[in-house]
Amino acid sequence: MKVKVEKVKDTLILRLKGEFDMLTADEFRSAVDNYFDGEKVKKLVLDIRKVSFMDSSGLGAVLARYKKISQLNGSMVIVGANPQVKKVLDLSGITKIIGIYEDEKSAMTGLS
Amino acid sequence: MTVKDRGKVINYVQMEFLSVPENVSLSRVAVASFAAQLDLTLNDLEELKVAVSEAVSNSIIHGYNNKPVGKVWVSVMRYEKELVIIVKDEGVGIEDVEKAMEAAYSKDPDRMGLGFVFMRSFMDEVNVESEPGKGTTVELVKKLELPKQSSGKQTPKG
Repeated sequence: MKVKVEKVKDTLILRLKGEFDMLTADEFRSAVDNYFDGEKVKKLVLDIRKVSFMDSSGLGAVLARYKKISQLNGSMVIVGANPQVKKVLDLSGITKIIGIYEDEKSAMTGLS
Repeated sequence: MTVKDRGKVINYVQMEFLSVPENVSLSRVAVASFAAQLDLTLNDLEELKVAVSEAVSNSIIHGYNNKPVGKVWVSVMRYEKELVIIVKDEGVGIEDVEKAMEAAYSKDPDRMGLGFVFMRSFMDEVNVESEPGKGTTVELVKKLELPKQSSGKQTPKG
């Protein structure tokens, strides 16, 4: 999985591409946590439109970042999700706590 | 595990691999490729991939404590009416299988304990046999729809 990171002010935009499982969850964690630990991040945009597969390991990594940003009184939104990924997100209940938007522009409006 | 009589095996593939994360995607893609020969929808194949991914991840993460120290076996068998996937390890095993299959049962904060929830949601049957110190075997079953007969009686030709 490829993780592209862009930081705009206090917003961290993560664009993921590929398969999100136990192997790539580790890559995701280290890529993201470097930013979390070093700089002030209050908002997180997770663009998963190009994620072709996700299982509970991927979900766990996403939820852990949500917990982290919540502890910092920040907020997080998700962009996209193909039907398979959406089903996994829905089943986990994560979509009840994290908003999902169609594109990054509308996602930005969902960040409080 | 009580072996259920599922009839004749029409085709099967077996894999044995080391308990490393790289092999999770390999095994789910292999199973999906096998299953793609059957009359399954794209959605079914995606769900199968998630179920296999969960079972194999469990073997590596829990069975072998996320260490490259053990073997995982994945078999996929096609019967007339069912597709059966068996994921087996010789890891630490599960003390309380019932409890392990409950949602949110996970000791790791980065994990949600949803592995078995997904397996159960996406498969028609999930059977688990485990013994502490001996390992775990997970059987995933997908029922296959028989090819629809065209209307009217078929008369043999010739």
